[in-house]
Amino acid sequence: MTRQEILDQLTQIFQDILDVDDLVVTDALKADDVEEWDSLSHIQLIVAIEKHWHIKFNAREIMTWQNVGQMVDTIVQLLAEGN
Amino acid sequence: MLDLTQLKRLLKQDNSRLPGVKAALVGDTATQLLATAVRGAAIDMGFTIDLFEADYNQVERQFVDPDSELHRVCPQFIILFQATHQLVAQHAAMAVDDRASLARRRLDFIESVLTDPAWSGRRIICLNYPEIDDTVYGNYANRVETSLLWQTRQLNVGLMELARRHDNLSIVDIAAVQSQLGRNQMFAPNVYASTEMVLSIDALPAVAYRIVQAIAALRGTFNKCLILDLDNTLWGGVVGDDGLEGIQLGHGLGIGRVFTQLQQWVKKLQQRGVILCVVSKNDEAVAKEPFLKHPDMVLRLDDIAVFIANWETKVDNIRTIQQILNIGFDSMVFLDDNPFERAIVREHIAGITVPELPRDPSDYLEYLYSLNLFETASASDVDNKRTQQYQQEARRVQLKRTFANEQEFLASLGMEARVEPFNSFNTPRVAQLTQRSNQFNLRTVRYGEDDVRRLAQDGEVVDMALSLRDRFGDHGLIAVVVMRPLDSATLLVDTWLMSCRVLKRGMECFTLNRMVEAARARGYHRIVGEYLPTAKNGMVARHYPDLGFMSMPDSDNRWCLDIDHYTDRPCNIALARL
Repeated sequence: MTRQEILDQLTQIFQDILDVDDLVVTDALKADDVEEWDSLSHIQLIVAIEKHWHIKFNAREIMTWQNVGQMVDTIVQLLAEGN
Repeated sequence: MLDLTQLKRLLKQDNSRLPGVKAALVGDTATQLLATAVRGAAIDMGFTIDLFEADYNQVERQFVDPDSELHRVCPQFIILFQATHQLVAQHAAMAVDDRASLARRRLDFIESVLTDPAWSGRRIICLNYPEIDDTVYGNYANRVETSLLWQTRQLNVGLMELARRHDNLSIVDIAAVQSQLGRNQMFAPNVYASTEMVLSIDALPAVAYRIVQAIAALRGTFNKCLILDLDNTLWGGVVGDDGLEGIQLGHGLGIGRVFTQLQQWVKKLQQRGVILCVVSKNDEAVAKEPFLKHPDMVLRLDDIAVFIANWETKVDNIRTIQQILNIGFDSMVFLDDNPFERAIVREHIAGITVPELPRDPSDYLEYLYSLNLFETASASDVDNKRTQQYQQEARRVQLKRTFANEQEFLASLGMEARVEPFNSFNTPRVAQLTQRSNQFNLRTVRYGEDDVRRLAQDGEVVDMALSLRDRFGDHGLIAVVVMRPLDSATLLVDTWLMSCRVLKRGMECFTLNRMVEAARARGYHRIVGEYLPTAKNGMVARHYPDLGFMSMPDSDNRWCLDIDHYTDRPCNIALARL
């Protein structure tokens, strides 16, 4: 799966969980950029992403991502480990 | 049950027209998302919760410090959520020997809240403790009083005992939610480590609904009636096709034991006061045969308040049940294996609960357990008499269908009414009726038993307690009238109320005839009736003008009847001789 495919699927997940229809997820996107993305909806996003790709983030990862790009790095890594 | 994202969407709607309650959520872990889920679940159940969230981890301070926010807000419902994880930490911090007192200390704290006058009239809704087995002792924990498992279980049993002693405590059994979902569903370690939330995102709605169901029941909203389909719902197969011996029930055939267990559950509901009804597309005799003859049937005809088996639509039949029971559709649950019937009923009957039964009957019971359909805020002993009364009412409604004309039907009932003054036998029921009647109640004056006794002794007061029976059974005491002198020629109707069970029987006319008779006997010439509107008594707004009372020039909610020129209103009710 390419990074862009992951970003496209993340866009769907973000739109659904944050209830923002025109949100486009990019590597540079940060929580500060989206009003609805607060610490509480962050947890919902994490759980939705875990379910979507059948992966499990560890607690430190959840707390240390600075932007979506770093999140995608982790997803790519976990998917590679899974395969 | 909606998920968290759906619950959050509900909160964005305009919910200002829903009724609201005030509550607080006090917890010792991160509870913001739980608070969101609770608000959303309430809206899904038809009301709003104005929920105050205390900063977390100050449970003791919020309750003990008179300057706390909780004291200031002091809402009707206080939800107390102390997590097992905190219990683990407290357990660890104690000297080993002291650990035996952990449960007792927590219980003492909760009891001190329950008896604190600061919270009088408030209801404490306490979540219990889902178990965490730390396996420090392994299975041996079951004989070690200081073990975490021992203390957690003791705490949960202790909470039950507290709830039995203190009426202002309700337990929300999230330990039961955990046994339903499983610990791995209930709890997400990575979420806990990063947020201090002890409930997983998926468990939040389950816990929130469980809390809101308890609050809804305390507000008086709960399911009272279970309507059952028969073929492939209460037994396996189709009795009309497979025959009495061919249906699956009990230990013999196929998956019969699944249906036996379902029936055992339904029977327990009936024993605790849920009204059972049957609606089946069948010939009546065929549908009743298993109830009468099958050795493995748990449910018997005596358990069923209203039994309808015919070829009409289930929607019509459920409406008939509603007329007989006179309870709201929103307090009914309809169980049917057929998705088509479920969809039609759901579409045409607003408010009724229709569980989406799984395709496999062996899943029925676990699925029904998971819905917690019959939350209640009180439980009394079996009221078998009530099932009997509904059975009688069902026979009346069936008879009524055979008459084209209402009057002929009423005449055929052979109704007799008894009129008595208030006395020591009927005083409790008279007081109860004045307390509980809201709809057919002209002035909604509430009387306690002492008041009723005073009225009975007051020579100036005309007091009447009316009972009705017919050839199907006895309704008991169903109407109360109190009249007081307004002046030497006039009686004012202080109280006129009637149970809605006997609406449209002509009881109003019979009652007025008796009132006039009593007024004449005492030498009065007029009866003045007054209507005081409430939120619930709109049905009697036109009561007096409809009975021929004349409007009065100086009042728009009083009407006057000239009894010197009154002739008895016709009705089909005979006066019973004592």
